[in-house]
Amino acid sequence: MRTIFFIVRKEFRQVFRNRSMLPMIFVMPIIQLLILANATTFEIKNVNFGVLDLDRSPLSTRLASKFEASPHFTRTDYPQSQKDAEEGILKDRSKLTIVIPKNFERDLIKENKAEVQFLINAIDGGAAGIIAAYSQSIVRDFNIDEGMNLINVITPVQSSTVQVSYLHWYNPELDYITFMVPGILVLLVTFIGMFLSSMSVVKEKEIGTIEQINVTPIKKYEFIIGKLTPFFIIALFELTFGLFIAKLIFDIPFNGSLTLIFFFAAVYLVAVLSVGLVISTFADTQQQAMFISWFILVIFLLMSGLFTPIQSMPMWAQRITWFNPIAYFIDAMRMVLLKGSGFSDISKHFLIMTIYSTVVTAYAVFRYKKVN
Amino acid sequence: MNKFKGFVYKEFLHLIRDYRTMIILIGMPVIQVILFGFAIRNELNSVNIGILDRSKDEMTQKLTSKILSSDYFILKEYLTDESQIDAAFKKGLVKEVIVFESGFAEKLQKEGRAEVQIITDASEPNMANLALSYTTGIILDFSQSLSAGKERSFVITPEIKMLYNEELKSVFMFVPGIMATILMLISAMMTSITITREKEFGTMEVLLASPLKPYQIILGKVAPYLLLSLVNLTLILWISMTVFGMPVRGSMILLIAECALFITTALSLGILISTVAGSMQVAMMISLVGLMMPTVLLSGFIFPIENMPWPLQWISHILPAKWFVIIIKNIMLKGTGFSYVYKETLVLISMTVFLLGLSIKKFKTRL
Amino acid sequence: MNENIIITEDLTKKFGSFTACDKISFSVKKGEIFGFLGANGAGKTTAIRMLCGLLLPTSGKASIGGYDIYKDTEKIKLNIGYMSQKFSLYEDLTVKENIEFYAGIYRLSTKEIKERSKLLISELGLERSADSLIRSLPLGWRQKLAFSVAVIHSPKIVFLDEPTGGVDPVTRRQFWDLIYKAADDGISVLVTTHYMDEAEYCGRISMMVDGKIAAMGTPAELKSSYNVGSMYEVFLHLARGKNE
Repeated sequence: MRTIFFIVRKEFRQVFRNRSMLPMIFVMPIIQLLILANATTFEIKNVNFGVLDLDRSPLSTRLASKFEASPHFTRTDYPQSQKDAEEGILKDRSKLTIVIPKNFERDLIKENKAEVQFLINAIDGGAAGIIAAYSQSIVRDFNIDEGMNLINVITPVQSSTVQVSYLHWYNPELDYITFMVPGILVLLVTFIGMFLSSMSVVKEKEIGTIEQINVTPIKKYEFIIGKLTPFFIIALFELTFGLFIAKLIFDIPFNGSLTLIFFFAAVYLVAVLSVGLVISTFADTQQQAMFISWFILVIFLLMSGLFTPIQSMPMWAQRITWFNPIAYFIDAMRMVLLKGSGFSDISKHFLIMTIYSTVVTAYAVFRYKKVN
Repeated sequence: MNKFKGFVYKEFLHLIRDYRTMIILIGMPVIQVILFGFAIRNELNSVNIGILDRSKDEMTQKLTSKILSSDYFILKEYLTDESQIDAAFKKGLVKEVIVFESGFAEKLQKEGRAEVQIITDASEPNMANLALSYTTGIILDFSQSLSAGKERSFVITPEIKMLYNEELKSVFMFVPGIMATILMLISAMMTSITITREKEFGTMEVLLASPLKPYQIILGKVAPYLLLSLVNLTLILWISMTVFGMPVRGSMILLIAECALFITTALSLGILISTVAGSMQVAMMISLVGLMMPTVLLSGFIFPIENMPWPLQWISHILPAKWFVIIIKNIMLKGTGFSYVYKETLVLISMTVFLLGLSIKKFKTRL
Repeated sequence: MNENIIITEDLTKKFGSFTACDKISFSVKKGEIFGFLGANGAGKTTAIRMLCGLLLPTSGKASIGGYDIYKDTEKIKLNIGYMSQKFSLYEDLTVKENIEFYAGIYRLSTKEIKERSKLLISELGLERSADSLIRSLPLGWRQKLAFSVAVIHSPKIVFLDEPTGGVDPVTRRQFWDLIYKAADDGISVLVTTHYMDEAEYCGRISMMVDGKIAAMGTPAELKSSYNVGSMYEVFLHLARGKNE
């Protein structure tokens, strides 16, 4: 135990003597939270659109203004011809251009049907899908409203309609930042934990002190616990600090138990720090360690459900995420903070994370060898 | 000139010997393209839902099966009581619960209207919104089909044309961004690190004392990464064209020229960082925080810039990657010619000239 | 005083087809200063790394302080000190912090740590620099401090791998004073060097050429057996023998 204390003290001294460390611990989380929370949004609002109205009838004007009235759309383009309409999308003046054909109103009244063309810039496939869905629902509403008007005037019939009402629980305003911040906190903790631990052993390798440690009677587990404890504490501190900012600046709800969050974070961090340590035993230089951990982090992150939902991935990719610790923590964090899930709700996450931590730590101890 | 050749050869050896870094630098773009192409999707598919059916009549069953036959929804929980909704959400079992009011069919028959309530787990707002809009669509269709025949329906059919990417492949959106980040990573970050490494280990002075001219030293250091950038670029393009069927609708020559321009921009950024940074650690930090992060987040690579608050939009303007991504999307996907991207190209050229000028100035005063 | 602290028998280390240490046999007595001489790449460092438990031998036997180097590696580590070619102190810690750290992981008690670090600092005359970072100390002082830290737990033997590389002659002399003092206290010293003048300071020497011990004995014995006046000439003789 005493040996561990000596290593922990030494690591802490080294960390805090590094002048770039303090800003990294205190300033980085604020900047990251501010930038990430605002930048990483797939929310579709203010879609720029244009209307090419070849009909210029009251009905076509009403359809256009129906789109203008939608909170999702902003009219930015007023093309005069088909070519002009396509050019508008080509030059990014609009993401969507609605082409209302000639005789639109006449066809509707005469034949009860008409076609309207929606040109969507689909380079961003995800956004294009959502824009299409929004447009369809506006057209559907338009059909019902205007249809009612017309039909009621002409032939009032008794109709049977299913009415839909909806409630958005836990985040009634559908605020994207509320959704992102818990995940970003995970990112924050993971980054600092993984980078510090992956650099730690390889740094001693590079400067040569590892040899000096290896000839001492220190035990493998003492060395590893001693090395990782400071990073564990720093990362937990980072989480506390991050939660504090999340509450203060973004007013994120804390619906669940914070104790549960920290408890989970502790188990999670053991896994992350051990992954870092394993990287450290593989790498020869700090530069390599950084690249390897960056590489792994990018993959873990992209497949964590932080940005895009895991359920949207193909099955093989979803299976890969079973081995992704970040995915579990992000999910747990969102569940506990936003929905107020309790221990029993995330017990499966807990179990998996505990197994994960045990396995990776065992491997890290095994990988670290005092003798070549 | 022979000395220079020898020097470049030595630099290549350095790069090749560090095989772990090489594997990462080559493997990273490949894995990224594949992940973005196959796995990173934002569309709705297979959302787990719960149904709370208070009336359990013919109508609700019809509507339920209509919803479930849509491919978007999977019935995970059949709830019997309102109190179970919260528990189901908290466990993360379902993302949406559809509640049918009691006496649904009867009401529909007698009063001509009945109500369906949709409750979403909005802790995932995009998911909630999409699920709601799909469910509503299905229910309204159902509702209309009930009235069909009874009345003269009135239908505007939207004919939706997805331009440039008919099948909505997500890879189309990401490839230009991946190209930008990888080129930044190799050309700017790696270059800055190797040059500072030389400075840190004191070998830079040895090189400067040699008959090699300063510009030759920098060129020699940069050459291997230039080659690596080109290899990676080819690799990314090849995978996205063969595996994902991504087109190059515009001119290939223009594409290559623009890539070459961007590589130059990135290299000059790398050189500039190395003249400013005193140690590898600092160079790494500047590159990661000042270059990689903004490039990934603010270049419009993954997240649309137009939805960001104005300070972030403003920052995005000074990122070379933003302009590069626009140019690449134009050439590859929209198939436009130079006249459509000359403005962006001019921005990149002026950035490059500025960066190169600055680093030459710094380099001279420093050494 | 005739107790053997190190005994090796046919100790061999191969890296692939390359034999770095070829059947080395020697012994070191208590309080003896034993020198390993040889050109770079002669196998000195490999031999030391095997004895310290940093490298596993390919074959052969060795025991240190009565412990077998295969079975009792961790027990051996309590009884040895080591100072490597690479600098072994933490540059971003102070003199005091380095001493405390190493003393701590050698399991000295808090009281012992206090006493010994005080003694050590005063012996080296480092009182004024006790709280400065190692980074700020001149190389010679760092080496002396590294040596003192390597013997802070009073080991039975200390291994020094090229301890005086890059140090000026005056500091080297002072460094050797520290070595003598340790030997007087009963610590055996195994030191590698390629400075031939340092060879004269050793009690006994083994000359290594191409992984083998080419000659072994006191400096005087070696000089007389080759009939030359200095260790340098002995070395040249052996090295030339190899080339012929």
